[in-house]
Amino acid sequence: MTVEALRELAAEERARQAAFRRRVLCCTSSGCAACGGEATYRAFAAELERQGLAATTELVPTGCMGLCGRGPLVTVQPGDVLYQQVDPALATAIVTGHVAGGTPVAHAVVDTTVPFFASQVRIVNENSGRIDATRIEGYLAAGGYQALAKVLGGMEPGQVVEEVRASGLRGRGGAGYPTGLKWAITRKTAADQKYVVCNADEGDPGAFMDRGVLESDPHRVLEGMAIAGYAVGARQGYIYVRAEYPLAIERLRGAVRQAERLGLLGNRVLESEFSFRIDIRVGAGAFVCGEETALLRSIEGRRGRPQPRPPYPAEAGLFGKPTVINNVETFANIAPIINRGGAWFAGIGTPKSTGTKVFALTGQIRNNGLIEVPMGIPLRTIVFDIGGGTPEGTTFKAAQTGGPSGGCIPAEHLDLPVDYESLQAVGSIMGSGGLVVLDSTSSMVDIARYFMEFCMDESCGKCIPCRVGTVQLHGLLAKLARREATAADLALLEELCVMVKETSLCGLGQAAPNPVLSTLRFFRDEYLAALAPAGEG
Amino acid sequence: MTAPRTAPSPAPPIRDPRYEQLDRTISLHQRDGHALIEVLHTAQRLFGYLPPEVLRHVAHALKRPLSQVYGVASFYHFFRLQPPGEHTFVLCLGTACYAKGAPRLQRAVERRCGAPFGQTTADGKVTLLTARCVGSCGVAPLALVDDTVACWLTEGRAGALLDGWLGTEVAP
Repeated sequence: MTVEALRELAAEERARQAAFRRRVLCCTSSGCAACGGEATYRAFAAELERQGLAATTELVPTGCMGLCGRGPLVTVQPGDVLYQQVDPALATAIVTGHVAGGTPVAHAVVDTTVPFFASQVRIVNENSGRIDATRIEGYLAAGGYQALAKVLGGMEPGQVVEEVRASGLRGRGGAGYPTGLKWAITRKTAADQKYVVCNADEGDPGAFMDRGVLESDPHRVLEGMAIAGYAVGARQGYIYVRAEYPLAIERLRGAVRQAERLGLLGNRVLESEFSFRIDIRVGAGAFVCGEETALLRSIEGRRGRPQPRPPYPAEAGLFGKPTVINNVETFANIAPIINRGGAWFAGIGTPKSTGTKVFALTGQIRNNGLIEVPMGIPLRTIVFDIGGGTPEGTTFKAAQTGGPSGGCIPAEHLDLPVDYESLQAVGSIMGSGGLVVLDSTSSMVDIARYFMEFCMDESCGKCIPCRVGTVQLHGLLAKLARREATAADLALLEELCVMVKETSLCGLGQAAPNPVLSTLRFFRDEYLAALAPAGEG
Repeated sequence: MTAPRTAPSPAPPIRDPRYEQLDRTISLHQRDGHALIEVLHTAQRLFGYLPPEVLRHVAHALKRPLSQVYGVASFYHFFRLQPPGEHTFVLCLGTACYAKGAPRLQRAVERRCGAPFGQTTADGKVTLLTARCVGSCGVAPLALVDDTVACWLTEGRAGALLDGWLGTEVAP
């Protein structure tokens, strides 16, 4: 397929969509499917058919619309009227009242002028919930694969790397390494074969940002990876996606087939000299495989055990070859950066943390779901404006970011800007984007114990500080939770935290003490209160 | 299961059609040892778990030492080395579920089934497993009930569901 044919196909699809009198966008991704989304979709299909509206109304299976706690969600166009908690009975009412009659079913309409929607800036999720997640034409109509066409049509690989560098984009997996720099290293490392790997092993509990992208807009990730392949000189890409995401895997596989059929992946992409294949590798439930060197071993069919760095994967990665490995959200930012320029992207967020970040906002909060906000937004805005605060009768206690590698941020730091450096300064990390709100009913010692149990179970066992240290730390925390610990145990806990942090081989062990250290820092009184009464223990 | 210690032996004459399907996947990957995890995924889908004879078959077909195949199969949580029960109940213990009462559910389910998570009930009816996070935190707490998500789960609903599987007789 040529670039002209691609544009024609996009125009055809836009005309096809415009010909419908109304469009019913129905979220069929995991969040809504969990609360009956598929039945809702079927109810719409049946009712549109029954009322003779199927020819003039398009029913579109989409990805995530964000407000996952109020699903199933449905949007009716034109007008983008958003409905919440749409069960089959409500679906019938919407068809009769809104689709046929033109009057929205007022009681189920979500006010989209509230801060939950108005405070968001959508780049990564610009198409989520708005395009057909199962057809490539939907992505094309929204301008998809134009960045790839632009790159192949007249940018040197070095220019592409430069554009990404200029955007200031940093790795969205959590560590925040500059993406452009990573690409530049792989680009200049000479090798007969190079690889592009997408880390879709979203393992942090409470994190589902990447699943949202993969289920809602899978082609965006493929396009970002192909651009990376062109920039660094790779012909083969792999997506390593966790087995716990069957729908994401299905949509990704479908997307790869569609892109191959149109000549957007495979040999001679868009009839250029550039060839790029993408294969999907399904993980098998090991948290440590989110660590890049462990992930690469897993793609090679081995146990997912980390290796010391350097050498970094950018120089010696998959099968020992130079490998660009980025997170789903990082790749999802590439096409907009190419289309609109690195300078545009760098203008969003803060000078050192550019662009937006997607968060999975969950826990003791009114508005659960996926949100995308500009970097540097105060935590308070996320929790209280977008999230609507904690449920009635409880008060905010802490925001947990970064999962088992992160920390708990207390109320006194609510005005903190959310960027890589600020979060680190208070002992947490940006992480991949899980943001779990804890209210006054949560015990911080118990939360610390919970995360340590997680790390203990998930330690791969290769290095001793992590393998043995997490067990000892968990033992001490459990002792505290049973109110049997002494002041000496508490001192040992702190000492051991520092030891595990400083001597573990990979990120899993190095970050495992973070939840303990951050709760000790801000909620020491809870630890002291948990000590055994004097004379006991 | 203990680690099988015998060296890979030539595959026995097998008429089980599941082996034919497994061999098709192996051929698709050109018997490449790098595809081991993909092949184990297929095997588990076909057999429900990974019994020793299947691991031996895979090791032989991919020309990998059995120790390595067993090492990979036992490393990853997703692979089961024991046959599952008739039904599976996977309780999510992600942070959001945990903060919203999953530990209480966990205790209630264990009491009802008379078996701890990680095991199958004595009558072989229900396998209890935990998940680290299925990523549907908006509807926490939740469980995967025979692969279907049961959202906003309560002790009462979990109990009713298990009653249906186990019969109404209360476990000892």
